[in-house]
Amino acid sequence: MPDTTAATATGGSSARSHPPAWRGPTVDLGQQHPRRGERVIKILLVAAAWLSVAVTIGIVVSLLAPTVTFFTHVGLGDFLFGTEWTGGFGDKFSWTDKAWGVLPLVVATAIITVIALAVAVPLGLGAAIYLSEYASERVRKVLKPVLEVLAGIPTVVYGFLALTIFTPIFAHLVQFNTIHNMLSPGIVMGFMIVPTIASLGEDAMSAVPLALRQGSYALGANRMKTTLRVVFPAALSGIVAAIVLGISRAVGETMIVTIAAGSRAQLTFDPREGAQTMTGFIAQIASGDAPQGSPVYYSLFAVGALLFAITLLINLVSIRLVRKYRQVY
Amino acid sequence: MTTATLPRANMLTRTRNRDGITSAVFAAVLWLCLALICVFLFFILAVIVQKGLARLDANLVTRQPSKIRPETAGVQSALFGTLWVGGITALIALPLGVAAAVYLEEYANPAKWWNRAIELNIQNLAAVPAVIYGILTLGFVVRGPVSIGAVVMAGGIALALLILPVIIITTREALRSVPREIRDGSLALGATMWQTTWRQVLPAAVPGIATGTILAMSRAIGEAAPLILVGATTFVTFNPDGVLSKYTTLPVQIYNLVPQDRDAFRDLAYAAILLLIVVLLAMNAVAIWLRNRYQRRW
Amino acid sequence: MTNVEPDLDTVPETVGAPGAPHEIHVELGDRTNHRAPSAEPDGVIELRDLEVFYDKFRAVSGVNLVFGSKEITALIGPSGCGKSTVLRCLNRMNDLVPGAHVMGDVRFHGVDMYDASVDVIEVRRRIGMVFQKPNPFPKSIYDNVAYGPRVTGMKPKNMDDVVEQALHGAALWDEVKDKLKQSAYGLSGGQQQRLCIARTIATSPEVILMDEPCSALDPIATAKIEDLMVDLAKTYTIIIVTHNMQQAARVSYRTAFFTAAADEHGQRTGRLVEFDSTSKIFGNPSDKRTEAYITGRFG
Repeated sequence: MPDTTAATATGGSSARSHPPAWRGPTVDLGQQHPRRGERVIKILLVAAAWLSVAVTIGIVVSLLAPTVTFFTHVGLGDFLFGTEWTGGFGDKFSWTDKAWGVLPLVVATAIITVIALAVAVPLGLGAAIYLSEYASERVRKVLKPVLEVLAGIPTVVYGFLALTIFTPIFAHLVQFNTIHNMLSPGIVMGFMIVPTIASLGEDAMSAVPLALRQGSYALGANRMKTTLRVVFPAALSGIVAAIVLGISRAVGETMIVTIAAGSRAQLTFDPREGAQTMTGFIAQIASGDAPQGSPVYYSLFAVGALLFAITLLINLVSIRLVRKYRQVY
Repeated sequence: MTTATLPRANMLTRTRNRDGITSAVFAAVLWLCLALICVFLFFILAVIVQKGLARLDANLVTRQPSKIRPETAGVQSALFGTLWVGGITALIALPLGVAAAVYLEEYANPAKWWNRAIELNIQNLAAVPAVIYGILTLGFVVRGPVSIGAVVMAGGIALALLILPVIIITTREALRSVPREIRDGSLALGATMWQTTWRQVLPAAVPGIATGTILAMSRAIGEAAPLILVGATTFVTFNPDGVLSKYTTLPVQIYNLVPQDRDAFRDLAYAAILLLIVVLLAMNAVAIWLRNRYQRRW
Repeated sequence: MTNVEPDLDTVPETVGAPGAPHEIHVELGDRTNHRAPSAEPDGVIELRDLEVFYDKFRAVSGVNLVFGSKEITALIGPSGCGKSTVLRCLNRMNDLVPGAHVMGDVRFHGVDMYDASVDVIEVRRRIGMVFQKPNPFPKSIYDNVAYGPRVTGMKPKNMDDVVEQALHGAALWDEVKDKLKQSAYGLSGGQQQRLCIARTIATSPEVILMDEPCSALDPIATAKIEDLMVDLAKTYTIIIVTHNMQQAARVSYRTAFFTAAADEHGQRTGRLVEFDSTSKIFGNPSDKRTEAYITGRFG
């Protein structure tokens, strides 16, 4: 309802030359009361909207300034491709006695993300398909709150459960004896992401027009075939967007991995081992004492900047995909 | 005639049966997914209740944290810290979020590139990891230009920035559900844009805004990651007495209890988790009730 | 013929028998205020070379119209002929449509309504509007009527009197006087529409625009509103868009007939075909297209 697009009238020459027919008294259509409040309010509303842009700029600035300092001491190549990270060790104020290769953190993040997706994608999509195509209204009324509760449980609680309940269970099942590992936080994180994928996936499938389904049923296809061959492909970009957003949440999730995956930065592909992720490192350094100006303090921002860049990229992909399916219908 | 039609009928039933079996298997798999999700949820809730009940006593809310006597220690400072930080978060995020949503939905011309840029930006912020908001607040508020230190206000700002995009997005949805005719009717009477928004559109959108805000607040109250960044992990045994007071919150307190692996600490942590979950579920229930109660009157 | 609006199906009973299309019998009806319109309308609102665009799309072109005060003027024509677009220019409701652009002159009391010095709020306070679908606010009946005076800062000494007068004016008082504090959503469709009329006259406008005000109502409710319109025309200038020709014939003094014609690019643009007294339009139209429309031979 924009008022900013006020229509404008441009009198043609013929209109201007034509005298008005009205012979009666004229009226004053000018503003009768000053409405300064109205202007002030609009300025405040605009300011609130621009605040979100300021927040983004703030994020970039707060990450970038210390990150630049970090890279005056550490080579970009050493950071991105180094396979050893010992930022938390040694003399607090020495740059040189540490290895700053971020790969161990990135790999640990990736492995836990993959485990989480292996749980969340099938379960989330299964739930989405069921809710969108199969469930009766009454079943939906029960299942939706289940997903909402799952989404509402704080991640610190998930982390605590992963460490104290699930790790012992998995240690018993898969035969390992480390307190910290990537399997348990990965699986628990998977359940944490299920509601995201399920509800966004359901939105995408519900947006598929009924006519498409009816066309399929009219051809004799049953519910399963209609779902898999008509609804699913039609909703694909929305479903992919849901998964992509799930990835973004997994990459950025902090508490579960900090608590359950441990604080040992090591390059390993064995999910039974504990390994520190990017977010885990940030939380560990932040909750310990990282003196302002120390190398490890700067490294926190460098890792944060990398995390922000990765999630930003993922989010943009997801937004683009969502736009695509919105356009189709 | 009958002999000719019978085999065909049989074939029909047989293909239907085969189809029926795969269909049934497919439906069973879907059902299994949901069952697994439900089992997981009920399992963790059962664990939390079972382990949390032991220490869900008066001490939990009347006593302060202790490193020496976990058997009788409480989390009062964290409970009050959560209330303080939650209050600040709501006070900042709600007006700003609603104002931004009103601008984008009622005033902004979507054809202008800057309005589309703001919109894209908000969508993006909604998916930025929580820990990044902690870094932002650390850099600008705790240290940096404002430098107020690790206090209640800083925690409130971090969480407010975190849920701001969520509030903007849900408020816009609530505003969008108010029919155009209401706006037209008001404007045609000579009401200004703001009068129309304030007296007609916003009141009609209140249930939707309230639902979204409660859900966003429950997310903020359960969040620990950004608060770790802005220094809520210090061991605090007193209740905050103002916005510039040191503080801790329930989720952060739970995180602090992780390294303590004596059973008494674990029991305390589970009791705190149970307390937190009860508060959050109550908020969720209110939000769901609100949503069902005031669904579309148009 | 394919574009005929559904309501036209009801028209043939009033037109000549097939084969005698030139005989037109439109009954002017009891409700018609038989005050003979003055020869020329006084031009309280005047359109000169009006042209309306939605972005690149030209919705209406070349409209010249002179409305008379305290008369009912009907705008009729087939769907998409731009009659509603023209109506929405008269209190600048088109400003709210992104991309809308108005060319030419729209004058109210001789003042260019689209001049930069003109306050759109003031325009809408003086020129009220009643919409196609009744759109009461989700508030009490009283608050619906009091809303206009409140927001336009009229500060009447006694709001109760203003509300009562407006409801009397809209012939609704007797039906709602005992439930003023109840929600307007409890009223029937016809009552809601009369409430919207009461809401409009509470701000004491000079002109009331009505955009197909009866299209969502049943015949009895429609009859009540038509009676009301004739009554209101003693005090207010009324301009009504309707696709119901009988309604135009029954209530209006003057009728403007619009139609849509494809231009050189194949774009359909609304144009004014004929504007005259209602008896002339329905009795002896000068344009063939008007005649064809009135007799139901073309939509």
